[in-house]
Amino acid sequence: MPLYYDDDQAMLAETASQFMGEEGSIKNQLRHWRDRDCKDGFGHGLWKQFAEMGFTGMLVDEDDGGLGMGQVEAGIVLEEIGRNLTPSPFLSSSVLAATALKHGSNDVKGRWLPDLISGDKVYAMAIDEGPKHRPERIATKAEKSGNGFRLSGKKDFVVYGASSEMIVVAARTSGSDDDKDGITLFAVPQDASGMSHDSVRLVDSSMASHVTFDNVELDGDAVIGEVDGGRAILDAVLMAGRVGSAAEGVGVARGAMDMTVDYIKQRKQFGRLIGEFQALQHRAAHLYSEVEIARAVTVKAAQLVDGGSEKAELMTSVAKAKVAKAAGLAVREGVQMHGGIGMTDEYDIGLYMKRDRALQEFLGDQYYHAGRVAELSGY
Amino acid sequence: MSDSDLEAFRVETRQWLEANCPPEMREPVRDEEDVYWGGRNASFKNDAQKAWFEACREKGYTVPEWPKEYGGAGLTPAQGKVLRQEMAATNARPPLSSFGIWMLGPALLHFGTEGQKQRFLNEIANGEIRWCQGYSEPGSGSDLVSMQTFGEDKGDHWVVNGQKIWTSYADEADWIFCLVRTDKDNKYQGITFMLFDMASDGVSTKPIKLISGNSPFCETFMDDVTVPKSYGEDIPGYVGEINRGWDVAKYLLGHEREMISATGGGDRATSLGAVTSRQGALDPVLRAEIAMFDVDALAYTAMSEKFMDELKSGKGHPAQPNMMKYAGTELNKRRNELVMAAGGSHALEWESEASNGGKTARGWLRTKANSIEGGTSEVMLNVISKRILDLPGA
Repeated sequence: MPLYYDDDQAMLAETASQFMGEEGSIKNQLRHWRDRDCKDGFGHGLWKQFAEMGFTGMLVDEDDGGLGMGQVEAGIVLEEIGRNLTPSPFLSSSVLAATALKHGSNDVKGRWLPDLISGDKVYAMAIDEGPKHRPERIATKAEKSGNGFRLSGKKDFVVYGASSEMIVVAARTSGSDDDKDGITLFAVPQDASGMSHDSVRLVDSSMASHVTFDNVELDGDAVIGEVDGGRAILDAVLMAGRVGSAAEGVGVARGAMDMTVDYIKQRKQFGRLIGEFQALQHRAAHLYSEVEIARAVTVKAAQLVDGGSEKAELMTSVAKAKVAKAAGLAVREGVQMHGGIGMTDEYDIGLYMKRDRALQEFLGDQYYHAGRVAELSGY
Repeated sequence: MSDSDLEAFRVETRQWLEANCPPEMREPVRDEEDVYWGGRNASFKNDAQKAWFEACREKGYTVPEWPKEYGGAGLTPAQGKVLRQEMAATNARPPLSSFGIWMLGPALLHFGTEGQKQRFLNEIANGEIRWCQGYSEPGSGSDLVSMQTFGEDKGDHWVVNGQKIWTSYADEADWIFCLVRTDKDNKYQGITFMLFDMASDGVSTKPIKLISGNSPFCETFMDDVTVPKSYGEDIPGYVGEINRGWDVAKYLLGHEREMISATGGGDRATSLGAVTSRQGALDPVLRAEIAMFDVDALAYTAMSEKFMDELKSGKGHPAQPNMMKYAGTELNKRRNELVMAAGGSHALEWESEASNGGKTARGWLRTKANSIEGGTSEVMLNVISKRILDLPGA
């Protein structure tokens, strides 16, 4: 398989680019909702439009009413989301939660998938239990209780958790906190008694919840997949989410880079366009190189995940780390090369810096994933 | 070609490699003698090297994607990729290395006459003639077009005088492709891309000793060298048109950059951390730096794959080889710095048997040329600025 888009994928890229550039633009979405102090952090109208475009269920199997597409296609949409800083629950609902639900029983799928595909509902994913991503350790407990389970513990960084009708929770059903096995995924409905959200706004204007589970009673049919068999599903969810957030990061990097390169072609100082200065040219060219590489490895990782390759896990971590490095460089150079106006709220370049920061943390930063690369490579 | 045909080709290729690539040729290249360059004076290091070269030559696999009539196997780009993947999977060494394959060949395929292709491409594919490249001059490095080596027009031949520098393996090459000024009044359209025999009267070479202690490059002197305008029917002694050699040179520089990007990184696909940690536990901070390097190196393997895919399908940006060359060579220098750090005092040994004659230290020093030869990193960044980012006044 060549490492560029085929005709269908190129067409999807064009459609997504046009849609996100218009409907999902910074002005129409991010600034619009932020400036109104929207408690959701995104627009439900746009989410409905995502559904009309077929994006919401793109990763859902065709038998379950979705489009049965893969990570490459989801990555195409996410790259445009990143480029336009479009706030949406696409990554948490349509990638993370949808990947988890793929492993559920027909009852579980039937209960949750139709409303996801139609854009009527939004779902979230609860994994982290502290300020840093560390899914190897899961302490949130689900103990047997009658025919169901009783859930207790705390989750962090549950993106758009307060706006979600259901949260997929990774909890421990056996073993000790650091055990690989003994994990079960649960679909916890919004109205579950004993679940409380502390919803906070993050640096990028997105919303995330600290979620507390205080003896939340769940039915047996809340289980996704097998009891104690959740680790493999969680790994699949993480892989999809990481390669997806890498794709969004590529979009952030490209958006920031394009904006910056355009700016230095217009800004004059000392009677010259600042883009004429070699001191800036070489940095811009180096940035281009890094962003190109990050983009290539992200598409490669997505192809490997879609193909079920044994290298998918390694290359997904490579992609997540590389994108973090490249996008971080793009936003830092972006703000610096914009000079004083780069520090103002009025200019968009700072918004890219904020989104990049949040995206880097999501599902593991470059340090976490470089460590994964070392472990998976045997050192 | 359908996917199933391609899959059949993969199976066939795997079987062919299994049957024809001797085990010795699946070991990593350890030193210069492990590389077979061909040429009039070539000798094989051992029978395995000879058998592997001959098997590939018969099959057209020294230059798999060249047309069959010029010594290749006529593979499609997709088949070529499969062959490269399968060779990588078996760790098969390249059967023949040469500047003819990497640089002159592509130029002849693009600009050459039918007669030139028939003769020179077959000689290259069969490993009969070893070529070297005469580009840089002592006063013309990054600013190559300022070169002064001059060919005086004498009707059916030129008389060439001047000096080239950084001519790779000129002392072992049979022929040279050489940029020669043929019009002193026209900077860009006054250069001819000549082909001549290094055994011609008036050609002499002098190896240059590098900081690595090795001498892969020479100075090449031309003192009243006669270069014929024709070597026979439809075989001009120059490529392209007279005075339009800069077009050929620019085209070729692109290929040189591709070659350096494709080979400059050593085994990028092999985790550096996995290799270096075999010598003992790595210091935690070094381990972290190596892990960050592995991220960049593995990411670059994907970029290389994408670059080759786009190149073969004509989708890539024409200036993209400059980006590849820049990123690939900088990565290789970083790799070698980390190899030295991981190797500690053992990596400092310069002559001992244990160090294989200072292979690590000499290799580290050699890589410093990666970002100088074939266009410096700074020139690559200039080209990216100008041709890809379209920055002003670049």
